[in-house]
Amino acid sequence: MLNELNIGYIFLSAFIVNNIVMIKFLGLCSFVGISTNMKSSIGMGIAVVFVTVMACGISWAVYNYLLIPFHLEYLRTVTFILTIASFVQFEEIIIRKKAPALYKAFGIYLPLITTNCVILASAFLGIDYKFNFLQNIIFAIGVSSGYCLAIILFASMREKLDTAPLPESFRGIPIAFIMTGLVSLVFLGFKGLFKL
Amino acid sequence: MNRIFKPESFLKGVWQENPIFFLMLGLCPLLAVSSSLRDAIGMGAAFIFVLTGSNMTVSFIRKLVPEHVRIPVFIIVIATFVTVTDYSLAAFSPQLHKSLGVYLPLMVVNCILLGRAEAFASKNNVINSAFDGLGMGIGFTLAISIIAIIRETLGQGTLMGINVLGKDYVPFLIMIMPPGAFLVIGFLMALKNNIGGKKKC
Repeated sequence: MLNELNIGYIFLSAFIVNNIVMIKFLGLCSFVGISTNMKSSIGMGIAVVFVTVMACGISWAVYNYLLIPFHLEYLRTVTFILTIASFVQFEEIIIRKKAPALYKAFGIYLPLITTNCVILASAFLGIDYKFNFLQNIIFAIGVSSGYCLAIILFASMREKLDTAPLPESFRGIPIAFIMTGLVSLVFLGFKGLFKL
Repeated sequence: MNRIFKPESFLKGVWQENPIFFLMLGLCPLLAVSSSLRDAIGMGAAFIFVLTGSNMTVSFIRKLVPEHVRIPVFIIVIATFVTVTDYSLAAFSPQLHKSLGVYLPLMVVNCILLGRAEAFASKNNVINSAFDGLGMGIGFTLAISIIAIIRETLGQGTLMGINVLGKDYVPFLIMIMPPGAFLVIGFLMALKNNIGGKKKC
């Protein structure tokens, strides 16, 4: 479906048209949980971009060079989650050793990322669309920057919402969802941009 | 743990600790597949199966698993059940499998599953864990069905494909599109806060 398209299309489609949070509803737990604060949103956003790109590259290679030759495609779910979990652990060790400042900046978000559905979803979708390696990496960059965009956009809105005069029962999560709905409406407007 | 079966382990999941409305976990599939009641019930059934199965297995092996590798073990158990569900659904109901799409394998990273394995099944016996899974699963299905009923009725004027609002109803299309899901859950949460005694979620 997508594989004839060039990488620019793949990027824009993943970044805006099919934004992972606003249109595909993934990564909502961390999205709602973390976007209350600008600083942690940026931290989480960058960590997600970093891990998604690496993890998608690795799981693509595992799928195409390990699972397909041995006809083990049905182990996809188990393999991917293990790959991602062990990769996150591995990465945590490397970063702590080589770049302590970065490690401090990521803080708790790095281990939490294992259960962020954005990463697993982009690994699955890259396989489902039958991308080649380069397309897969571009797709991963698009998806994760889409998440980054959404979470940062949203953090800046929620900081304003905190001071807004709202009815008591709408405070906190309910109004966050309603705002997400309105922003999602905007993202829906990009839908006519390409045929997908 | 004197009594083998405690009914409250079943009932609390359905309402009192409903995973969606009170614990705010596992929101992704909830919003993504709630545009029609049929898909929502399918997702709920798959969810009940996976949650009950993984809870029972985790509880069964809870004494064999060393403390510090328990999370990876739980994840593998969950992933196995998800794979089984994925492939059985593809074989028995290809249409439903197609409309659930990527959200079915993504159940692996659903916080409810790992949360129940960690918080309940790893500490309780098999029967209680099975009922806990069943209760939580039914709670999830209930929540997803409520949202699907609202979205499908307003967005298409139908319920399970049957027209309920008459021919003259002009569908409120936005409801079956992504923004509708966010709006519905936002208003439901506000409603819940309003009746449920101002408990902050």
